[in-house]
Amino acid sequence: MEFSFTQEQKMIRDTAEAFLAEVSSSEAVRTAMATEQGYEDKIWQRICAEMYWQAIHIPEEYGGMGLGYVELVVMLEEMGRYLLCSPFFSTVCLGANALIIAGTPEQKQQYLSEICEGSLTATLAYTGKNGQWGADAVQATVIPQGDNYLLNGSFRYVPDGHTASLIIVAVRDEGSSGEDGISLFTLDAHTPGVSRTWLPTMDETRKQAEITLDNVIVSKAHLMGAQSKAWPQLNKIIHLATIATAAEQTGGAQQILDLTVEYTKERVQFGRPVAGFQAVKHQAADMMLRAEVAKSAVYYAACVAEEAINGGPLAGELAEAASVAKSYCSDGYFKNASDAIQLHGGVGFTWEYDVHLYFKRAKSSELFLGNAAYHREQVAKLLLD
Amino acid sequence: MKISFSPEDEKFRAEVAQWLTQNLVGEFEQLKFRGGPGDEHMFPEARKKWEQKLAQGGWSCVGWPKEYGGRGCSIEQQVIFNEEYARAGAPGHVGHIGEGLAGPTIIAFGNAAQKQKYLPGIVAGTELWCQGYSEPGAGSDLANVKTKAHFDEAKGKWIISGQKVWTSLAHESDFIFVIARTNPGSIAHKGLGFFLMKMDQPGIEVRGIKQLTGTSEFNEVFFDEAECDADDIVGEPGEGWAIAMGLLGFERGVSTLGQQMQFQNELNQVIDIAKTNGSHQDPVIRQRIADAHVRLKIMRYNSMRMLSDAGDGGLKKEALIYKLYWSTWHRDLGELAMDVLGPEAEILASAPYNLTRLQSMYLFVRSDTIYGGTNEIQRNIIAERGLGMPKEPKVQLK
Ligand SMILES: Cc1cc2nc3c(=O)[nH]c(=O)nc-3n(C[C@H](O)[C@H](O)[C@H](O)COP(=O)(O)OP(=O)(O)OC[C@H]3O[C@@H](n4cnc5c(N)ncnc54)[C@H](O)[C@@H]3O)c2cc1C
Repeated sequence: MEFSFTQEQKMIRDTAEAFLAEVSSSEAVRTAMATEQGYEDKIWQRICAEMYWQAIHIPEEYGGMGLGYVELVVMLEEMGRYLLCSPFFSTVCLGANALIIAGTPEQKQQYLSEICEGSLTATLAYTGKNGQWGADAVQATVIPQGDNYLLNGSFRYVPDGHTASLIIVAVRDEGSSGEDGISLFTLDAHTPGVSRTWLPTMDETRKQAEITLDNVIVSKAHLMGAQSKAWPQLNKIIHLATIATAAEQTGGAQQILDLTVEYTKERVQFGRPVAGFQAVKHQAADMMLRAEVAKSAVYYAACVAEEAINGGPLAGELAEAASVAKSYCSDGYFKNASDAIQLHGGVGFTWEYDVHLYFKRAKSSELFLGNAAYHREQVAKLLLD
Repeated sequence: MKISFSPEDEKFRAEVAQWLTQNLVGEFEQLKFRGGPGDEHMFPEARKKWEQKLAQGGWSCVGWPKEYGGRGCSIEQQVIFNEEYARAGAPGHVGHIGEGLAGPTIIAFGNAAQKQKYLPGIVAGTELWCQGYSEPGAGSDLANVKTKAHFDEAKGKWIISGQKVWTSLAHESDFIFVIARTNPGSIAHKGLGFFLMKMDQPGIEVRGIKQLTGTSEFNEVFFDEAECDADDIVGEPGEGWAIAMGLLGFERGVSTLGQQMQFQNELNQVIDIAKTNGSHQDPVIRQRIADAHVRLKIMRYNSMRMLSDAGDGGLKKEALIYKLYWSTWHRDLGELAMDVLGPEAEILASAPYNLTRLQSMYLFVRSDTIYGGTNEIQRNIIAERGLGMPKEPKVQLK
């Protein structure tokens, strides 16, 4: 048991921090978030070419760095701290994970290599309009047609869905429900019948889209996993993405604490820094508790995710670890961000200060892939039913 | 980062589990899941015997260095020992203050003679200790200790007078470690001494305090010219504060993992009741049980981080928050237990005031957020040491 970062992992973290402090400053975030695309090509290209982050946990045979989920989580935590606007999450934590878990050898060879080269961005579309995050979320349908498949239906809340060039879609057999009849396909965003609409969001640092499939025809080469039986794979992809989201939340929860401590130490009222008032100190102490506890949850989940991908005794804990982490981190980040507004006083309520960016990201990441109550119910099912 | 245990460690786990299965039987069977905070009044004699049984098996003070009679277990093995111990339902250690506080302090700060005199009795489980810190006027403000110590040249002994309060297990203990003022007129943390004293002597009187549970685990301890041998002061007179504080550092450690297993046992009991009385279908109860489970799981990960980091030195953030986190969790569990029980929560095991295990847990957890540094004091410490926020203003003492 060695539940702390190795020297190499600390180096990854420090390098990421230094780079993000440079490219994801408050100004850079504000510039990127005001665009429909949501990120600057220049920065994404630097991430891919200079840093090679998109390849971090992709196996070496596809040109990746072949590192583990812990290393990925280290990066995500820093991205969450700096609210990085980029297609990293969608491409790596949704797209690449889906390919690693469910892709055929040919699909992996082609797409994972392209992701590593920095020439492909990807995402995952599985949620319908019903606001669900489990198997019920899949509403789009598939009908086999000879050697091809006919896809119909729509997806909402798809991260970077309007810009990604590869969309991995989950569809179900007509008339099926729940975990039955689910299939996964790789889909080129420019396939005839695919239309994509950007959905403007309250949290402008992360873009979402609606994707509609109108009689889209794909060949068998696009099928991932087992036809009609892909729920276990999709479920695993979702759990992995859930842990990745929790990692970003952890970084946000820490950063908003740091900003608050810094601000309250400088702001003077009643002749002393407001950080000297116990009511303020105690709220800050609770914020630190939440940030630290969130990290413990996420690092553990990262170790579990690693074993779930590459094999290991903890692989079976994936669903639980994901829900443990996401439920705690969702609450923790939101609470930290809301306390941060309070402790900043009036300036916390302004557009000018960055606090609101974290407050909004905290809510959007809480809702994405299921809020805390949803994940507690997943845990309750394991414990009580 | 690696969280699984090595095959050798797993072998060790099997060894611990086997010893416990073979030995926690017969007269010790009744001790299963007994003892520990809130239940210290149960079977003290039988638990002392159990402590000695552990010692015979080589299972006392497992984390202590071998040269002091411990087992010299690695952190991993201590984690495993504590987990298996709690899993087996082995009883709460009556000797935990000696093993966890007095012993490590003597090992760290004591001289050779003190080590020789006191450590073997702790390891053998034959000599129990209690902690004489708090006083009526010195709780959170521990440095306000008034108990006096002066050296009597004629007797060649330290003479101690004053009063301690809330002293857990003083009525069962053979020894007490006391902080007392060695320099008359000194204030705050200056001028204190750290004394190792025998309980059974004319100048010491112990009076039990009845708690809200109806039972008595802690006491008032009165010192009226009580004596302490000249060489039973740890460190120098006047330097006791550093030792007292060093000791508080030992209060967190691997035993926390055993504590969590006990918490797990309690939570399991709550879950069983919920499933039996149907409250597990109540959506609010489901959420609260799941939340308790989530936070208990993370408590374990947090202590794994804390222990893995131990080698680095320095106070780690995950260690700073630990007390505040577990005490609040446990307090919430008490409330959850009562809500799961519903009206049955009110019905006592028997008259006049015999509580069920969950009832006494519910009442006792109110102290978790008080002893060992209240939640408010913990928050001050976190803000000041963890976040570098300004220290509390000092009032000028006259
Ligand atoms: C079950 C139990 C067992 C114990 N066992 C032992 C033992 O074995 N040996 C021993 O020496 N002691 C023991 N104690 C004593 C324990 O350590 C003290 O109760 C504790 O330190 C709090 O002190 P106090 O009770 O005097 O509360 P006070 O210090 O009087 O505090 C009262 C309230 O004021 C708050 N407060 C005080 N100062 C501040 C501040 N600066 N900022 C904000 N809030 C503040 C506190 O948080 C608390 O809410 C035990 C206590 C209990 C309940």
